[in-house]
Amino acid sequence: MTPTAVLAAPRVEFQSNWLQVLQTGFMQHAFLGGTLVAVAAGLMGWFVVTRQNAFAAHALAHIGFPGATGAILLGLPVTLGLAVFCVGGGLLIGLFGSRGAEREVATGTVLAAATGLGVLFASLAAANASATTNVLFGNLLAVSTGQLAVFGAFTAVVVLALAVLARPLVFASVDPAVAEARGVPVRALGVAFVVLLALTITMAVQVVGTLLLFALVVTPAAAALRLTARPAVVAVLSVAFALASVWLGLVAAAVIDLPPSFFIVGLATLIWAVSLAVTRERYRAGRPGDHPAAAPLPLVPAGTS
Amino acid sequence: MSAPAPGPATARLPHPDHSRPDHGHPDRPHPDHPHPDHSHPDHSRPDHGHRADQADALVLDGVRAVRGGRTVWAEGTLRVPAGAIVGVIGPNGAGKTTLFQLVLGLLPPAEGWIEVLGGPPRRGDRRIGYVPQNYRSALSDAIRARDLVTLGLTGTRFGLRRTSAADRKRVDDALRRVGATAFADERMSRLSGGQQQRVAIAQAIVDDAELLLLDEPLANLDLRHQQEVVALLGELRRERRVTIMVVAHDLNPLLPVLTDAVYLLDGHPHHDPIDAVVNEQLLTHLYGTRVRVVRTPQGDLFTRGG
Repeated sequence: MTPTAVLAAPRVEFQSNWLQVLQTGFMQHAFLGGTLVAVAAGLMGWFVVTRQNAFAAHALAHIGFPGATGAILLGLPVTLGLAVFCVGGGLLIGLFGSRGAEREVATGTVLAAATGLGVLFASLAAANASATTNVLFGNLLAVSTGQLAVFGAFTAVVVLALAVLARPLVFASVDPAVAEARGVPVRALGVAFVVLLALTITMAVQVVGTLLLFALVVTPAAAALRLTARPAVVAVLSVAFALASVWLGLVAAAVIDLPPSFFIVGLATLIWAVSLAVTRERYRAGRPGDHPAAAPLPLVPAGTS
Repeated sequence: MSAPAPGPATARLPHPDHSRPDHGHPDRPHPDHPHPDHSHPDHSRPDHGHRADQADALVLDGVRAVRGGRTVWAEGTLRVPAGAIVGVIGPNGAGKTTLFQLVLGLLPPAEGWIEVLGGPPRRGDRRIGYVPQNYRSALSDAIRARDLVTLGLTGTRFGLRRTSAADRKRVDDALRRVGATAFADERMSRLSGGQQQRVAIAQAIVDDAELLLLDEPLANLDLRHQQEVVALLGELRRERRVTIMVVAHDLNPLLPVLTDAVYLLDGHPHHDPIDAVVNEQLLTHLYGTRVRVVRTPQGDLFTRGG
């Protein structure tokens, strides 16, 4: 199995030598790269969901598409093109401000324009069609040593930044009006967040591709949030779900010769579906504490009687 | 202090109630005033340029508030005594929330001088607890009541550090104080409106605020939950000697605890003791529709339309 063979394989095929496949250099690259991406994506996911930025995350991946195809066209590293366009696009979306409906429209328009540009660059670089497919659908098996170094640096930046920003960023994400009054630099944190998101997406696009990015950046965190709202537990579960999807997805791709992107996305979706199923009862149940016992305050203000 | 030259203090303030904010019936500000003080029917502004002293939670002197290039209100000159529960009333768009933004230091005055708790307004002043309008719609599924209250203490701290035992105790105390212990570990999105409002107030008081700013805390609450929140405000003021400013559309549910009102009339904010504000002529002018004031045989005040 080689990177290109994965995309070319037309039929489902059990590989009896899957243990050897797992030990190959490109598989080890894939595991290392996938692990780095899963850690960053799992941690960022909570903020993406809580800040209701899922659409922006999706859009950033598409904005990265012309960056990647443009880089292919010019013979530059894909990671560079992705990073430049994702960070630039993120800052642009940030400039549109926080007005919900306006931001959605602006984001969607930029998304479409970027995808159009991506198609143009891709067709100009037609000689390298499989590289374009890799951008759209991801190919973890093609991760190079150079990309690994970049992934390592990006993940380190994301993890360290989140460790420093954690509390104020949570405050600004769940309760922006009070956070601002309390002196939290809400707008600056928003810009910092979008840059971190762009770095994460730059990596994630190379694992699952522009079109499937949601599965790594949003789905594991969403599943974790269904199960618990304890911040530390959500972070651990979210990273664990992302890691499980990537690792098991790679093993599955070794056993059955199909693209790992498919298995990674499939597993992430499965985990999410299970989290929905097991919490169904709880979400359907009435509000807790709505019974009188939970309202110890006097019903009538003192002094009115 | 670079306050403008103090003008002559008039004999108007302090109102008897303000000199002793903690009198016998804090929830009933004027039980012994069957005839409200209507000696100032012209609603002239209270003390001009009066220097703030310990007894003032908020001082405005000739303040003009401008938002987006438009003057929201002007000539704001008033003093809110410490320990008061102040209803902030006025028609839609009169600038009630804008007043809060000035007090919070989020919006500088275009003209004039503001003093909050003895100093100029400062964003991030830990002595001010704030519950914004439409608090509930801003909440996602992602946060528990307890964590939200904890952010009121630790949300401005950078770096990863465990919440200290002392902080956790303060959070527990605040939750208990507002009667939210039973649902402290629930997600905010799963609480009723009244429960969410109580958690929001717990977050506002967890850092021992001296001034609470509550923007429409009774909006969308049913009668029982409104009364619970109102009772809580009266108790907080009695226990903590905190000054509370409450934006409200409907005065009635708050009348049992209000001591003062700031009303935005004809583009100017004014301050008066509550009994001077609950006045048919004034309220009718304020809301632009006929308002009647009724006093029940028990001495409770009510306003009603028509």
